Amino acid sequence: MLRYILQRLILIPILLIIFSIMVFALVQAPPGDFLTSYIATLASTGSSLNQETIAMLEHQFGLDQPVHIQYLRWMQNLLRGDLGLSLEYQLPNAELINDRLGLTLILALFAFVFTWVMAIPIGIYSATHRNTILDYLVTVVNYTGVAIPNFMLALILMWFAYSQFGLSVTGLFSRDFEQAPWSIAKGIDLLKHIWLPMIVIGLAGTARLTRVMRANLLDELNKPYIVSGRARGLSEWQLVMKYPVRLAINPLVSTIGWYLPELFSGSLIVATVMNLQNIGPLLLRSLINQDMYLAGAILMIYCFLAIIGTLISDILLAWLDPRIRMEKA
Amino acid sequence: MVTQIHPLIKPANDLTREPLLRVEDLKAYFFMDEGIVRAVDGVSFDVMPGKVVGIVGESGCGKSVTMKAILQILEAGAKIVNGKVTLRSRIHHGDPNSAEELIELTHLHPNSRQMRRIRGAEIALIPQEPMAAFSPVHTVGNQIMETILLHQDVSKKEARQIAIDVFRAVGISMPEQRIDSYSWQLSGGLRQRAIIAMALSCNPRLLIADEPTTAIDVTTQAQILKLLRKLQEERQTSIIFITHDLGVIAQMADEVVVMYLGMVMEKGSAMKIFKDAQHPYTQALLRSIPSVQSHPRVKLPTIAGSIAHPFNRPKGCPFHPRCTHFMRGVCDASQPHLVEVDEDHFVSCFLYSEADGTKKMTKTGAALAKEESL
Repeated sequence: MLRYILQRLILIPILLIIFSIMVFALVQAPPGDFLTSYIATLASTGSSLNQETIAMLEHQFGLDQPVHIQYLRWMQNLLRGDLGLSLEYQLPNAELINDRLGLTLILALFAFVFTWVMAIPIGIYSATHRNTILDYLVTVVNYTGVAIPNFMLALILMWFAYSQFGLSVTGLFSRDFEQAPWSIAKGIDLLKHIWLPMIVIGLAGTARLTRVMRANLLDELNKPYIVSGRARGLSEWQLVMKYPVRLAINPLVSTIGWYLPELFSGSLIVATVMNLQNIGPLLLRSLINQDMYLAGAILMIYCFLAIIGTLISDILLAWLDPRIRMEKA
Repeated sequence: MVTQIHPLIKPANDLTREPLLRVEDLKAYFFMDEGIVRAVDGVSFDVMPGKVVGIVGESGCGKSVTMKAILQILEAGAKIVNGKVTLRSRIHHGDPNSAEELIELTHLHPNSRQMRRIRGAEIALIPQEPMAAFSPVHTVGNQIMETILLHQDVSKKEARQIAIDVFRAVGISMPEQRIDSYSWQLSGGLRQRAIIAMALSCNPRLLIADEPTTAIDVTTQAQILKLLRKLQEERQTSIIFITHDLGVIAQMADEVVVMYLGMVMEKGSAMKIFKDAQHPYTQALLRSIPSVQSHPRVKLPTIAGSIAHPFNRPKGCPFHPRCTHFMRGVCDASQPHLVEVDEDHFVSCFLYSEADGTKKMTKTGAALAKEESL
């Protein structure tokens, strides 16, 4: 087991190098660069930059270098733990991301817990009460949940809350607390606001996970060990909770890998719509303005999370399933 | 629901004559969108204490469904629609000297506490595929101890000891280590022994063995059968042994029940069934067994046709389309009833039917028919 984890840990840097090349190629891919779009923005407001300033800025940001040199310089900085400077904000990227990291993590964690806490019991109920009215109801809600884009859901909920109750449910804080330093009152205020984004971001995932849980459990419920357990005198509850649920959760655990980064990136549009101060809008803005070092830094964090998520789900899976554990030992 | 229990404390000498389990006219149907499948359609038999009853029949004839109906573990969609299953149950499960009561299992709710206390403790199942019958993510010992803790008032440590002892009893070497392995780490034979150990762990008086040797090779199969026979004799356990293999029945059974499409075609002592089979189906089954005497490279006789689809079961005797003694207007018109042709030997066939009066007459007819067919 330990060897298995070590093997996986050794793989991480190699994967990160491969991902960094892909990320850099992607943020480089759109025609032009930050300066061309910056000049275009200025031109649309009527002002302009002279050639010397442009050349000076190009040199300063290293945009006059060939692509591979730019990449190597970027990598060099990354390895030193320097995420570079945002072209647009003229602030260190680390600082920009750090400012929003806490809220992003809190929101993601809430949505994640919400998803699992809702999906597993509902999935179990749905599978064990197959083809009952409640099962059908759950199925309908699930399909709707998967089908509605979550930014749409956010808009509908915001409109509904505002038109019916006169509530503004955007943002994560009341106006009074937005700029205030962290305090218990601010934490409570956050809890008052976080539930809606949590539901909006978590709903699609909950719906998907419920379907997966239901399908997995239905598969397991037909296995001979169920008959065997029933014939030993176990009650239905003991039987279902100990065996099939345990086995049906295994495939779910393996989804954590891609779920973790998705909770960060998936909230991109919702966060913009709902004005949530997490990383989502920052990434969107950096991509629009071709603020490539900021976009690159955020995307690298996503990649890192995907790798960590996969590692966590693999370890969890090995821990849960002796068939994998023994094979890897 | 009120369950009827008649406490019945009898002197010991009387007990061996009373059946341990009595199944009377049991019917279990599957209600599906496509129609009703009459999987078990009027099955009756007795299981005497310490005896082995073999139930034979082709795949899909309702053997397993009968067993599931007895244990009341039918799958969703299947229901017992008629019949009575009476068990002579010990009041204190697992205690060999306990007083007894008659329980009508068919009166109990499938998920009731009382029914659950009988499963595993009084009647235990040895399921078909030992590999799949164990959960792959729990150790074998965990599942056996679970059964013991469920039915017996013992500590975890004691339960473990009981599990180790029963492992030893079924001939598993190094039981202390093997108990902590997963089912997929054991060989086929060991897995089979482990599943038998699980069934025996609470000292049930009736074992239902559902094709327990189908999935293993012949050598191991012989060992397992020997083991079962030995355990049965030592513990005086009754066994209902389900199989499609008449050879296995010959080795194991005291009584034989031959089933076809959910009905009993013939039943009687093993001796009578093997030496003096009366029903054309049983005779055909016996002819299709390979033996040492059969000529090499000569095709074994088979039963013409195939088993009918459950949705369109033939009218009348279910076997008539494949029967060599088919009588038009008789066999396809109505269903024959079980008739006693000899002491403890019953046949359900119009060749022996009470319709034309004397049993003796018909028996001669049957004997004639038998000679013809040979």
